[in-house]
Amino acid sequence: MPKGIAVIDMERCKGCGLCIAACPFGVLGFSEQYNSSGYNVACMVQPEKCTGCTICAQICPDVAIEVYRKETAKGAA
Amino acid sequence: MPMVETRIPEGYTKVFTRPEALSDAQYTYCPGCHHGVITRLVAEALDELGIRGRTVGIAPVGCAVFLYRFFNCDFVQAAHGRACAVATGLKRANPDLVVFSYQGDGDLGAIGTAETVHAANRGENITVIFINNQIYGMTGGEMAPTTLPGQRTVTSPGGRDTRLMGYPLKVSEMLAQLDGPCYITRQSVHDARHVGLTRKAIVQAFRNQLEGKGFSLVEVLAACPTNFKMSPEQGNTWVVEKAMKAFPLGDLKGA
Repeated sequence: MPKGIAVIDMERCKGCGLCIAACPFGVLGFSEQYNSSGYNVACMVQPEKCTGCTICAQICPDVAIEVYRKETAKGAA
Repeated sequence: MPMVETRIPEGYTKVFTRPEALSDAQYTYCPGCHHGVITRLVAEALDELGIRGRTVGIAPVGCAVFLYRFFNCDFVQAAHGRACAVATGLKRANPDLVVFSYQGDGDLGAIGTAETVHAANRGENITVIFINNQIYGMTGGEMAPTTLPGQRTVTSPGGRDTRLMGYPLKVSEMLAQLDGPCYITRQSVHDARHVGLTRKAIVQAFRNQLEGKGFSLVEVLAACPTNFKMSPEQGNTWVVEKAMKAFPLGDLKGA
């Protein structure tokens, strides 16, 4: 199980690719899918590498990303 | 617009979500526009300080003109450039309100220079968020006062010629010379670290107002990939390599 999960709202994503460039682990990439506005949306192409660092969500101009992180024994890591 | 349903396995906690001060409305900004990040940071600041219920924002004329749709707080749409004047009236009439304006460089640095300079000089107890993207975005990419020397725009197709068109207007440096303002800073949102610094600056600017310290202005360098005719990533590079050279980051007054 990955340490983190980035959930991308397909309808909010405008396919700018800033999250893809910002992710330090190469988790994100363009999907083959297009939303109702015609944007090629981002998705997790290597979900197992996600650490839940929230950099993609910090950089996303459309607030389309929500990030979940795995709880550890110490509490939220 | 409903959030797309994704099943999250058990044992995960949400560590990043949309701030409450933002409505569900989709931004009308172009893909890759830094306005979106800055709008979110303002909303996060309102949430963090718990002041959403008594905040009134002033929307400018420009790309952020629909700001009242994006925020879950009260808004006034000011005439072009007059946001600081409207904010002055609101704040003086009702000092309990938290009043902020959110303006671009065409609004604050061109048509609204007089209102901004005088509001700053009077030390009005308001917060101003100034987005400097070195171009007129909404109207189609004309040269702004903040356009860099040599920068190509639709009205300076050969690049901005400083002999003919003057130099970039350094609004923050200009205001930092005055005695009125308490906090003038310039930030950027091209990477996650700078997004964090900008967030801190915006929270500080609101805190100054809550403490009655006076005029605070946070200038944020931004890219306009659409009118720069660049990809969003190249826009980030532009901010680092060009904009930050002409407009160095940092606190210009107060902290």
